[in-house]
Amino acid sequence: MFEYAPAPESRDIVDIRPSYGLFINGEWVEPQSEARHKTVNPATEEVLAEVAWAGEADVDRAVQAAAKAFPVWSAMPGAERAKYLFRIARLIQERARELAVLETLDNGKPIRESRDVDLPLVAAHFFYYAGWADKLAYAGFGPDPRPLGVAGQVIPWNFPLLMLAWKIAPALACGNTVVLKPAETTPLTALAFADICRQADLPPGVVNIVTGAGETGAALVNHPGVDKVAFTGSTEVGRLIARSLAGTRKKLTLELGGKAANIVFEDAPLDQAVEGVVNGIFFNQGHVCCAGSRLLVQESIAADLLEALKRRLGTMRLGDPLDKNTDIGAINSAEQLAKIRELSEAGEAEGAERWSPACPIPDRGYWFPPTVFTGVAQSHRIAREEIFGPVLSVLTFRTPAEAVEKANNTPYGLSAGVWTEKGSLMLWTASRLRAGVVWSNTFNRFDPTSPFGGYKESGYGREGGRHGLEGYLAL
Amino acid sequence: MTTPLAEVASSPSTLRAFLHGLPGVDRVGADARAAMLGTRSIKTTAKKQAIDLAIGMVDLTTLEGADTPGKIRAMCAKAVRPDPADASVPPVAAVCVYPDLVATAVEALAGSGVKVASVATSFPSGRSSLEVKVAETSLAVAAGASEIDMVIDRGAFLAGDYLKVYEEIVATKHACADAHLKVILETGELATYDNVRRASWLAMIAGADFIKTSTGKVSPAATLPVTLVMLEAVRDFMAATGRKVGVKPAGGIRTTKDAIKYLVLVNETAGPDWLHADWFRLGASSLLNDLLMQRQKMATGRYAGPDYFTLD
Repeated sequence: MFEYAPAPESRDIVDIRPSYGLFINGEWVEPQSEARHKTVNPATEEVLAEVAWAGEADVDRAVQAAAKAFPVWSAMPGAERAKYLFRIARLIQERARELAVLETLDNGKPIRESRDVDLPLVAAHFFYYAGWADKLAYAGFGPDPRPLGVAGQVIPWNFPLLMLAWKIAPALACGNTVVLKPAETTPLTALAFADICRQADLPPGVVNIVTGAGETGAALVNHPGVDKVAFTGSTEVGRLIARSLAGTRKKLTLELGGKAANIVFEDAPLDQAVEGVVNGIFFNQGHVCCAGSRLLVQESIAADLLEALKRRLGTMRLGDPLDKNTDIGAINSAEQLAKIRELSEAGEAEGAERWSPACPIPDRGYWFPPTVFTGVAQSHRIAREEIFGPVLSVLTFRTPAEAVEKANNTPYGLSAGVWTEKGSLMLWTASRLRAGVVWSNTFNRFDPTSPFGGYKESGYGREGGRHGLEGYLAL
Repeated sequence: MTTPLAEVASSPSTLRAFLHGLPGVDRVGADARAAMLGTRSIKTTAKKQAIDLAIGMVDLTTLEGADTPGKIRAMCAKAVRPDPADASVPPVAAVCVYPDLVATAVEALAGSGVKVASVATSFPSGRSSLEVKVAETSLAVAAGASEIDMVIDRGAFLAGDYLKVYEEIVATKHACADAHLKVILETGELATYDNVRRASWLAMIAGADFIKTSTGKVSPAATLPVTLVMLEAVRDFMAATGRKVGVKPAGGIRTTKDAIKYLVLVNETAGPDWLHADWFRLGASSLLNDLLMQRQKMATGRYAGPDYFTLD
């Protein structure tokens, strides 16, 4: 047996303060609200730090700071704004290891992913939008597109720093100022980003970070001084926001849930399809809105594919997220774990067959083994509801038309994957899928130049690429 | 062969249909998987274990026009006792030489347990008649080679004449008698991963004991993704037929870090059952000294200069 010895990334590189205030107008300020919250390492349940939960008065202060900074920032030539964004991008690269460790500690995702996926994409996003800042007149939105004003941005806990980058980079490039609220369970990298803004000498008030839970987010999106709301998170909360913003002048983009189909045709490159299925649903513990949570496999190869998939899952390494060889880290919170458990039990109760590889689970922390459900029907809850965990539902189909029908038969439409070696079938299928992203012989690949967003209950508006500018410009 | 595959080589069309019916390989995906496995961090006890495992898997190779009996004898001494200062270092798996130097190597390695492998079949190009290839194989075996590293006829393969390639492997295997047959696919000339997968199956159906990436004379030689595709092939062949075939990447593997990446690839693709010199070899020459250097570094905490390791 070839056992890999523990290879933990050192956490000495991060310096976590015992407690954090709010980042408003370029400074750390004490909140008026007295509510505080402990953020824990989900792999150990160890308390990492205490953060403020901003109240309405705190949010108001942040929005006012952003509003005050807006005339200066928006009037600045695009090339000057770009300099700040390039500087931020470089600082992120320089501090990539520290930020990756911090992300892993606070979120529970494996260091291999925070190091090799999250951080490179975060830096790439700032580099990319820095490039747009002085070219907005040529982006196809008219000769002199104007920014909106103050953007209120609320982000989720699954890719804390990456979602921050998706929100802040285009907003700043277009000349907006922002108030961002990170998720309550993963505030630490956003707070580290505040420090980077200071390092980059970003003018005060251009970026403000207020921590807190749902009430803080509600105070932010409902604040009358906010001109634009961008939200990534659950469809449930997205609905609330859409409702409360209806009839206001605020521009809204929503990036919500998903229940993506990963369609494997019988002529697919089998070994790579298995990798794609694994990467589709077990990447980031399945805490991915565009996760390929429904495997639609052509019945003629279903047995072979499942056998190969199970063999492959037997090699997955679950455990200490800081270990460089870990493939599956911790579930982000006790609440999320309870939700995954509840839906998995519903899957069993509804008659699907549950399977997980032999996989030791650590004693402390929040963990869920990679899980595959076979014999799943479209009517089962596990085929319809977003689980947001490492749980794959396997369904079969007989013909391409049936695959498309099943793939589209969901209230969501964020992403899809298609696996075939036949180009014409690939194009035929992709053109019929109602999803914002269709991956061809791959899954969960991201690039700042590529727009991302949903159909139907997966939200509206696009982030990334030229399209991502639109949500931050007055058109 | 009493396998479900016995009939596929009964005609050019059945063989072609079978090979073209294998699942395709997506290059981007295969490259990504190999790169991901390359990020595994093998430290401390695992690194120690891996280094000794790798040393025991080396086919120490010299395939130069300038090879002489003296050069071969020196290399054989190194093969048996890689580090003269440290008897705990295991010997390598085999030495690999040209056919005319097999007798020299056999004599030098007598009683050591290190095997003698010989390239054959008009290595490296394979451009000769079947008679010459078979005769060369027989002579190498008669001289005492216990392993034969043959090359396939890449021209015939690329022309779609799979049966010719198959028949040459079968004939060479026959000429090998008890010697183990490694079939060199020369993946750098096959170019696509689909071809690598087809050539792997073709060689295995024809009776290869090992499939080997490269001669070392063509660039690119062994790469991680090509080896990944071959490891998938031996794994699937085992599942289909119950017969286990070994894999040998050769050429371009120069550092301990590289060697360990290959071991990780084996471990997580074909599985730990293949992590043995009977089933996995590393065709290399300069790799051995890097392994020794890293081994000493693990033991003493210090790097010695290159002059503290013998150049043979």
